[in-house]
Amino acid sequence: MSFAEYSESIAEGDVAIIYLSHDSMMPVKVQRGAQTQTRYGVIRHSQDLIGHKYGSKVSCSKGWVHVLHPTPELWTVSLPHRTQILYTTDISMITMMLELKPGSIVCESGTGSGSLSHAIIRSIAPTGHLHTVEFHQQRALKVQEEFMEHRVGNMVTVRNQDVCKDGFGVSGVADAAFLDIPSPWDAVGHAKSALKKQGGRVCSFSPCIEQVQRTCAAFTDHGFSELCTIEILLQVHDVRTVSLPVPDFGPNSDLNRDQKRDQNQTQNQNQSSPGAVTIKTTTVPREIPGHTGFLTFATKPRT
Amino acid sequence: MADNGDDDSQYRMKEGDYVVLKRGDIFKAAQIVAKKKVIFEKQWFFLDNAVGHLYNSTFEIHSGQLQLKKTSDTGGSADSKEAAGVDNRNIVDDGKSQKLTRDDIEMLKEKGLKGQEIIQQLIDNSSTFKDKTEYAQDKYIKKKKKKYENSVTLLKPSCRILAMMYHGREPGKICHLRYDTLAQMLTLANIHAGSKVVVFETCAGLVLGAVMERMGGFGSVVQMYPGGGPVRAGVDSFGFPAHFHHTLHEFPLCRVNALLNGTLEAAGKDPGADEQAANAEEEQRKPAAEQQGSPEELSVETRAADTESLEPEEPEEPEEREKERRKEAKEQEKKQRLDEKRKKLSAAAAVLEGRNADGLVIASRFHPCPVLMGLLPLLAPSRPFVVYSQYKEPLVECYSKLKEQGGTVNLQLTNTWLRHYQVLPNRTHPVLLMSGGGGYLLSGTTVASGPSKPGQSKPVQTNPAQFKPAESQSKEEPAAKRLKTMDTDG
Repeated sequence: MSFAEYSESIAEGDVAIIYLSHDSMMPVKVQRGAQTQTRYGVIRHSQDLIGHKYGSKVSCSKGWVHVLHPTPELWTVSLPHRTQILYTTDISMITMMLELKPGSIVCESGTGSGSLSHAIIRSIAPTGHLHTVEFHQQRALKVQEEFMEHRVGNMVTVRNQDVCKDGFGVSGVADAAFLDIPSPWDAVGHAKSALKKQGGRVCSFSPCIEQVQRTCAAFTDHGFSELCTIEILLQVHDVRTVSLPVPDFGPNSDLNRDQKRDQNQTQNQNQSSPGAVTIKTTTVPREIPGHTGFLTFATKPRT
Repeated sequence: MADNGDDDSQYRMKEGDYVVLKRGDIFKAAQIVAKKKVIFEKQWFFLDNAVGHLYNSTFEIHSGQLQLKKTSDTGGSADSKEAAGVDNRNIVDDGKSQKLTRDDIEMLKEKGLKGQEIIQQLIDNSSTFKDKTEYAQDKYIKKKKKKYENSVTLLKPSCRILAMMYHGREPGKICHLRYDTLAQMLTLANIHAGSKVVVFETCAGLVLGAVMERMGGFGSVVQMYPGGGPVRAGVDSFGFPAHFHHTLHEFPLCRVNALLNGTLEAAGKDPGADEQAANAEEEQRKPAAEQQGSPEELSVETRAADTESLEPEEPEEPEEREKERRKEAKEQEKKQRLDEKRKKLSAAAAVLEGRNADGLVIASRFHPCPVLMGLLPLLAPSRPFVVYSQYKEPLVECYSKLKEQGGTVNLQLTNTWLRHYQVLPNRTHPVLLMSGGGGYLLSGTTVASGPSKPGQSKPVQTNPAQFKPAESQSKEEPAAKRLKTMDTDG
């Protein structure tokens, strides 16, 4: 197992994702002799996980769960939060608009909980490299540990420094740079010097429009071009079978006979209770995230 | 910093390179071919002069030739900060504010004045310009720039640029797949180097190209195609290096059932059946091949001559010789193509046979439900799949069917909204709401339905679909498709 490479079966030391339900997944570190408690019962690693295929069903005392191969997307929905994180919808757009691909050299700050970092590493593997900067020492150490555990440590360098003061720790090497910090305008110059002299792409993520305005001004001042600010939102559709009651207008006159017959036919077709029509449709959740952040992209021209 | 000239070689444009032309938000893909006319935004020109320059360079068009634009030009005319009005209470639309007539402007153009100079003339001759607010002046200049500036930027193609280009120019060709939706697909399917991905698309090759870019030439891609052959026009525009194409396989959709039933190999050994199938495909291709005309035929003949020298057999009658030779050459050509096709087919079959693909991406104009049900058995357990459809309803059907059949988890039916913003001092606001039109996605992860090892404490009901997908499939599949498959298999 690695977050950048599939393998067939579960081995000791792997991180596997236990799938309980759509909104409930948990990562486990597979260890001989270890046990994991879930709401469906206990999972014994030696018998239930090691040597089994990813994707297989594990029976527990009160039901069963599936064990999934880790991917950055599953990690994003199951990782331990140490900060606010970026979700897959924004990550997808960042990856495409920064033109990340195998071999890309990328700079990122801050690392935070490593949600985006894992997705970047997956996309740039096996020949690319991520230079990520996190000024919070404990978070930097923790994420470094995770990268090793996830067997992607060779493709990432974590630096514990302040990107606004000290930059990314590299210069003239990156194809792309990403900023998710409170004052990105202070780091625009450092992003510029981290990027290759032939140019590159840059992205900044900010929740507030005032931050976007200052960042855009900084990008323009530093000679960046192709400025583009976007917002992307995910809409989820729940598939439902719903039953709509048909009102009763009382006994009909001859005039409405045709209509009545039609109504009866519909009822027969759907074989639902009299006076109701069943349809398959989708509903949207009652509350949805209305805003994550603005994504500002720009191109660094050749210098 | 290392600063040797060689550094730049991969950033310079060469003859034969695929590039993307850009002006404003308008893109067009083109190939740099010597002395070949390109038409872009109502202007024609040659790309010859771009050779040797760096990607991202901006050129001006002068009588069909590209001339590198000096960077100092780009700032321009902004320094004409004159008096500006506060509001528009005294600006009256009398249609006489512009002193230059249309003929005057045409004359300026004919004189070969640069776009920038024409704009300056327009400003100088506008009586209301100095009364306009600073913002209105800005807007005026921007509008005129769009009309009179004749510059073009040459970009290196990428998934980002081509996806935006197709969506802007020819959304019908890519089933209205918006670029943010494509971005979601690549991520949800966990496309990355080293994996084995199955792609079925009728999006001109854009989705296939996007997948190939993300794989970087590592791993393998199998393109499933309907009809006579795969469509890859969009893939060419990416300008991938040759070695990327070694990882690309193709497999006809009409052979999927045979592959899953295990009857494909038998068919391969029986040349009759194989040839029959190939012949049918050949028939479909014929009109296209015939249209290609003489250069093709010439090459056929020279190739035929080569092979003949190895084979002593020659036609008897000399007067009929020419005809015979042509015929034979055609046969030879056909045979070669068949052989090649068979080789490709068996190579793709070998990749698929283990049914252990790492990802499945579907984006087509076909009904997604049978496509998904037919291709899902090719995937290993615990692998992601993603299906695109321009419409939501067929994906609702897919969702219900998958729930019923089992073998998948984490199903999600989604679409994304994309909003662009104009960010300018004191003029920041959303510019465009793109709610509908981007299409819908159904994504999920495959799982094994039963316990992975037999004899486990608690036998769980196994779903036959996972182990014998072909059989259970055939019951559910529409009759028409089944018949067609049997036909081609003979």
